[in-house]
Formats: sequence, C-alpha cells, structure tokens
Amino acid sequence: MKKKNLQSLVSIIILAVVLIALSEMKLVSTSKLLVLQYIGIYSIMVVGINIVNGYMGIFSLAHPGFMAVGAYAAALCSKYCFTTVYLYPLCLLAGGIAAMCVGLLVAVPSFKSKGDYLAIITLGFTLMVQSILQNAEIVGASRGMTNISKFTSLYWVYACLVLAVVIAGRFINSKYGRSLKAIREDEMATELVSVNVRHAKTVAFGVSAFLIGVSGALLCHLLGYTSPSSYGYSNVVDGLVMVYIGGVGSITGSITGAVIWQLLVQMLKGLGTWRWVVGGALLCLVMIFLPKGIFGYQEIGEALRDLKKHDIHKSGGEARS
Amino acid sequence: MSAFLQQFINFLQLGSIYALTAISFSIVYGIAGLVNFAHGAIFTVSMYFLYFLSTALFRVTEAKWIVYILALIAASVATSVVAMAIERFAYRPLRNAPAVATVVSSVGVGMALEYLCLNFAGSKAKRMASLIPSHNFNIAGINVPLYKVMIVVIALVAMVVLSLLIKKTRLGTAMRAVSQDKVAAGFMGISTNRVISAAFVLGAVLAAVAASLYGTAYSIFAYDVGDTINWWSFIAAVLGGIGSIEGAVLGGFIIGAINIVMPIVLPVSSYKDIVAFAVLIMVLMVKPTGLLGKNSVEKI
Repeated sequence: MKKKNLQSLVSIIILAVVLIALSEMKLVSTSKLLVLQYIGIYSIMVVGINIVNGYMGIFSLAHPGFMAVGAYAAALCSKYCFTTVYLYPLCLLAGGIAAMCVGLLVAVPSFKSKGDYLAIITLGFTLMVQSILQNAEIVGASRGMTNISKFTSLYWVYACLVLAVVIAGRFINSKYGRSLKAIREDEMATELVSVNVRHAKTVAFGVSAFLIGVSGALLCHLLGYTSPSSYGYSNVVDGLVMVYIGGVGSITGSITGAVIWQLLVQMLKGLGTWRWVVGGALLCLVMIFLPKGIFGYQEIGEALRDLKKHDIHKSGGEARS
Repeated sequence: MSAFLQQFINFLQLGSIYALTAISFSIVYGIAGLVNFAHGAIFTVSMYFLYFLSTALFRVTEAKWIVYILALIAASVATSVVAMAIERFAYRPLRNAPAVATVVSSVGVGMALEYLCLNFAGSKAKRMASLIPSHNFNIAGINVPLYKVMIVVIALVAMVVLSLLIKKTRLGTAMRAVSQDKVAAGFMGISTNRVISAAFVLGAVLAAVAASLYGTAYSIFAYDVGDTINWWSFIAAVLGGIGSIEGAVLGGFIIGAINIVMPIVLPVSSYKDIVAFAVLIMVLMVKPTGLLGKNSVEKI
C-alpha cells in the first residue's frame, strides 16, 4: 500500500512538473494548451459517466443534463457570489453539488426501470434540462450566459482531474464500488446477498453527477459563455463515444477515451462537417473490433500485467514445442 | 367549435405520422432487440430520396398521384437497401457482443448518415413539392384540405397492411418467433439473419411512408429533421410499450396530442417537451414496461 501511495505521489509530481514546464516556459502554443485543457475537462466528465455506465452497467444518457446544471450553477456563483479567482473552487464545488442533487433525483427512476426504458428516462431528463434552460429568462434563455469570468486555467483543470481520479478510484474500491460491480453482473443476486441496491445506485448517481457537474463548471469558465444548445444530442453522443472508445469500467480507459476523441476532433477539424461522418464510422469500427473499448474493465496496471503474462506464456509455449 | 375541429384534424395528422415512425422504430426493436439510434437518420435519408426523386419525376410528368406513388416506391426500395446495408455491416457483427455495443454502434451510424446527408445535400433547408393534389373538403363548416385526410388514410392503410403481414403471413409468423426467442427460432429452421433483415426493410419502408407524409404536411425540412423524429418516435414507442405495435400507435397519438394541446394550454410553447417527458417518466414509474408492454418476468 505504501509503495502504491509513493507511486501515485511521484506520478502527480511528474504531471505537475510537465504542466508547469508546458505552460510557463511556452513550449507549446496557446491553442495546444487549450486542447490540453479540453482533454482534462472531458476526462473528468468521462470518469463521471463511467461510474454509472461502466461500473454499474446502466445505460444512462443523463450526462449533458448534469453538465448543464453544473455549468449554470457555477456560472451563477462566479457572477453573483464568489467573484474573485481565489473563491473559484467554491464555484466549482457549487456546480458539482448542484449537479449531485439533481443526480440523486435521477437515481429514483433507476430503481424500477431497466435497460432501454431507463435510457429513455435519462434522455428525457437531459432534454428537459435543456428545454427549461431555453425558457428561463434569468439565465439568458436560449442565448445562454455570456461574460462568465474565464477562471479556468491548465492548473485548475489538472488539479481537478487528479482529485476526480482520486475520488473515483477510492469510490470504486469502496464498499459501494464493489456493490456497483455486483449490480452490473446480477442485480437480483446482489440484492439477495444483502446489498442495499437502491442506496448503492443513489450514491453512484450522486458521485457521477458531481464529477460531471464539475467538468461542466470548468468548461463554461474556460469558454467564458454557456448556452443550452451545447447540452443536447451532440453532447450525448460525445460522452458516449469517449466512454465506449476508452473502455467501460476503467479510469484509465476514461482518460484514454477523452484523449483519443479530443485529439481526433482537433485533427479532423480540417474536414469540416465530414468529421462527423468519419467520427460516426469510427465509432462503429471500434465497437465491432473492440466491443469493450480499449481498456474494458481493466486499469493500465492490470493491462500491462496481462500483456507481460501473455508474453511469458507465449515464449514458454514456443520453448516447449 | 370549428377551431376545436381544426385542432382535432391537426392532432390526427401529427398523431398518424408519429404513430408510423414509432411503429418503424418498434418493429426493429421487437425483432432485432436493438434500440436503433440510427432510426432518425434512416428517416432523413428517405426524406432526401423522396425529395430528389419527386423533383426529378415532376420534370417528366405533372400528375401528382403518379409522382407520389413512383417516388414512394423508389424511395422505399432505396431506403431499404440503406437499412439492410447498415444491419449487415454495423449490427450483424455485434450480434453476440454486449447489447450496449450495438446501441453505441447505432449512434455512430446515425451520426455518420445524418452528416452524409448534410454533405451531399447541403445545410440549406429544402422544400418538398406537394405530392397530393390540392383540394378542399367542407366538413361541418370548416375547410379540410385533401392532404390532411390522405395523411390519416395512408397511415391507417400502412398500419393495417403491416398488422396483416405480421399476423397472417409466413414471414410474420417467423418474425414473431424470432422476437420471442432467437435461438429457439433458429432451431425451428427459421433463418434468423434473414428475418432480422426483413424487419429492417419493413422499418425502412414505414420510415419512407412516414417521410412522404411528413413532407406533405410540413414540406420544409433540413438534414437534422431526423433528430426530432428520432426522439419523439423513441418516446412514443417506449410510452406505449416498446416492441408492441398497438402500443406504438397509442404512444404516437398521445405524443401527437401533447404536441397539439400543450401549446394552446401553456404560456410558452416549448414547455410541451417538458410535459411530454414528465408524462413519460410518470407512466414508466407506474408501469415500467409502458402502457401496453408485457411485464417481463423477473428471473432469479
């Protein structure tokens, strides 16, 4: 355990040094720094989605809704309550908590409904949030909110990402996390061994919504504006793509998915609208050849160990023959 | 009174269109067991086929009925080919994969198809030429255009033909068998792959009919026409009980009613979405399999 703590401390320090080097010494251009920030923000979101969609195995489409709630709550905070950059963490927290409260509500239908029915309920939630925001004059209706202070910087993003990974990692290996995996495999059996399924689902939706809300808060403070149109269908698809390319039920997979998709989006920008055609086709191909995603139900450590074992096994087999 | 009748006719028109798209969604779900997120995109594709075919045919002949029938047949065939290709290349390799993989694949297909339409046809909204001769009836003191009546009639005919097909023919029997149990149906000598392809063809033909009706009713459309159709027919199908055809019709008409009534009752018309979702969520809380859906047996 101690060795593991040391390892993660070292990796955090390395990450910090790399980030400081990148941004302070101007090794890369501003636009590339922006891409790095997108990657960080979407990684947080995907980790959040993965808790429900991956670890618990519920096909939820509520993430744009949570993101919108987080973004609007944080934007209102930074506009009216905590207007200085030192209080920015409070805004992020407010965004996360607002999304979490909504997430607890969304968990209620998941007790009874399953599968495709739950997918449509969560989708309905997303579209309802969008529809409410489009009509609420107080947050600018369909024009959205503009002139949000641009508090988000590379450091904030990656500090939040590290925190999100720590929270998610701890959560997954806690009592609740284990019951989530059990629910994924067999809900009935899980209930029979005295796991409080409702409680576990509620907590999972809460944590997931919190992380997604924080990512929404970060994103709107990065762009300086937010509008209801950015929390609709394309956002549903974006989130799903990143989760399922990277791999369900894996934090490494979540980050991989966010990195790959954001880089692809940037690379395909030259293609104009064709990039959605390419992106869609790519999604099909990934599903056909890697139905579990790149790191399906595996973390990077386990994947490397498997690879090593596979190599040893292979060379052993060859020696014998 | 006449305003009420007018709205009632609008409700019948919208309800029939949603009912058709919901059936087209539901039939694929019932037989292939797949939530087809590409459903809206298939609708969009058939919309564009109809648009281009009817514009081409109007250069040859003036008779609207002939153009309508020819364009509908050709668009149905073309859309069926597209749907079969999607099934063959994007869904069939995933038959034994986790269910979510197929759903994500359909999301990808939907996105790719929609933007293919955008790239080939441009982002500008198109205007479909009216395919049904203009003529007005006078019913109970109000003017009812022929196309509104025809929309309801055509939708009804399509539904009756479909239910006869499913209840009376060999193919229909095979479809019902596959929807109950794929493996057992395979043991009985039914070619599951062929039946699932047939389901996609049926879905595509219904989408083409619905597209022709939508084009007649609203005439203006753009590449993202399928998005709203996708959501509303998805919701209608789930509301009525996914996989059940009667349920899809019921759900389609309920959604149509909400779309017509709510803007009159509520101060802001776009709150109708919220009402529709609230109805949906409440129905599913009480009856988790939809209004006419069969209760699934919980296995232990």
